[in-house]
Amino acid sequence: MGGKKDDNERRSSRGVTRRGFFTAVGAGAVGAAAIGRAQAPGEAAIATAGEPAKVALRINGRAYRLLVEPRWTLLFVLRERLGLSGAKAGCERGECGTCTVLIDGVPRYACTTLAVEAEGHEITTLEGLMNGDKLGPVQQAFLEEDALQCGYCTPGQIMAAEGLLRANPRPTLDEIRTGMSGNLCRCGAYTHIFKAVQKASELKKAGGR
Amino acid sequence: MLPNFNYVRPATLSDAVRQLTPNARVHAGGTDLLGCLRDGVFTADTLVSLSAIEELRGIRPALDGGVAIGAMTTLTTVASDSRIAERYPALSRGVTAAASPQLRNQGTIGGNICQRPRCWYYRGEFQCARKGGEKCYAAEGENQFHCVFGGEVCFYVHPSDAAPALVALEAMVRIVGPSGARSVAADAFFVLPSKDYTRETVLGPGEIVTGIVLPAQPRGTYGTYRKVRARGAWDFALAGAAVVATIAEGRVGRVRIVLSGVAPIPWRVPEAERVLVGQRLSAKSAAKAAAAAVEGAEPLAQNAYKVDMLRGAVEEALLELA
Repeated sequence: MGGKKDDNERRSSRGVTRRGFFTAVGAGAVGAAAIGRAQAPGEAAIATAGEPAKVALRINGRAYRLLVEPRWTLLFVLRERLGLSGAKAGCERGECGTCTVLIDGVPRYACTTLAVEAEGHEITTLEGLMNGDKLGPVQQAFLEEDALQCGYCTPGQIMAAEGLLRANPRPTLDEIRTGMSGNLCRCGAYTHIFKAVQKASELKKAGGR
Repeated sequence: MLPNFNYVRPATLSDAVRQLTPNARVHAGGTDLLGCLRDGVFTADTLVSLSAIEELRGIRPALDGGVAIGAMTTLTTVASDSRIAERYPALSRGVTAAASPQLRNQGTIGGNICQRPRCWYYRGEFQCARKGGEKCYAAEGENQFHCVFGGEVCFYVHPSDAAPALVALEAMVRIVGPSGARSVAADAFFVLPSKDYTRETVLGPGEIVTGIVLPAQPRGTYGTYRKVRARGAWDFALAGAAVVATIAEGRVGRVRIVLSGVAPIPWRVPEAERVLVGQRLSAKSAAKAAAAAVEGAEPLAQNAYKVDMLRGAVEEALLELA
């Protein structure tokens, strides 16, 4: 499996990064079942319990082919197999929102999405919001508005905001509150988070991606 | 990590029915299913995903002026559909009030009405009656979020915000199984614990919900859904009411009042409906109907507060239509 490392790691001049090392170790399995090929019309995709099956995922515009057990969640695959650790593991039961990613442009919980179910869909993670070395507009807005304390919920908040603004580029405060209601912040930074979403809307309008 | 299971993603409905062997489970959106598997509420040898069956997705006109919603249509899609919003506002508000944006983007209308009970004993490490044990722990235990109607042997509340609206709208549930297709009125789809406390719906072995059909509503029909919950979002109903009423020349003709958050099934209250027929919708008639709606409620030790809450929810929902 090539292409495991995100852009930052590939640019690293220190040789093997810690994250890169672990993902490379995890990529050794071969001899997969037959789920990964595009599902032929009229034919069922099948994966056997406990056996890694080939799956093709499209993440942040890049195609990955990897081996996935049926029970692996998208969150597990992103973090533990691909080293994309932007999405965080919190409750792991769809109750906190810190694992939020975009699937086909809409926010969803990666912890309650099976990786095999994500096949054929466009997945966007926090890493995918970067503009090269620079923060994307939503990330920048969260920084400028000081929209976090401990920061653990922040990746999910940013992805929820990104999804909200893609569907509704100029949301009202009420729409922001509703749109962000699937993400908990135990530090209680909500007021700043709502301000950050408003700011992100402005930054996007001003030409940010 | 989830327990092990096989995964099948059939391309056709008939193949899905074939794959649905006794210890296989349907995977629709997966939001409820994966939580249950993670918590060991039940097990599955195989998950049969419906995600590749395109015919199960989408909202289309149905015969006789109604609307058909495929079972795999997400709650977000239902909530943002202008036909549903205009003609079936009770359903539109129900799905909008459900869960969180992320869950509505994933959860489906078919899965929503097939949710397993959210009772914390059922979901927790208690071998309760519904899981093959001998008793309902909620009856004598922590029951502040449990039912005030229809419990008898198992006191959970039905978790869906869409289901009460579907019953009030007299929707039909389309089902396909090993012996073909059938349709069941939403009202008859849900099973009371006193009838069979091992299941929540009439679905038989190998059967799959394929869609919902909303009948055309007579001119002058109005509807809404009022949900009371502890938080403003992402919370289950403590009490709620879906109301659909046809009003002609200022007077109520047909009316359906269906309660949420207070019974193991969407709970229709015909006594309250009868109070309104032939009447004008006013503060007085709404209060009278709301009082009739809570008649016969049997609160448990910790949930008597639900009765007042429910009376208020019914009253508010009715006045919204006035």
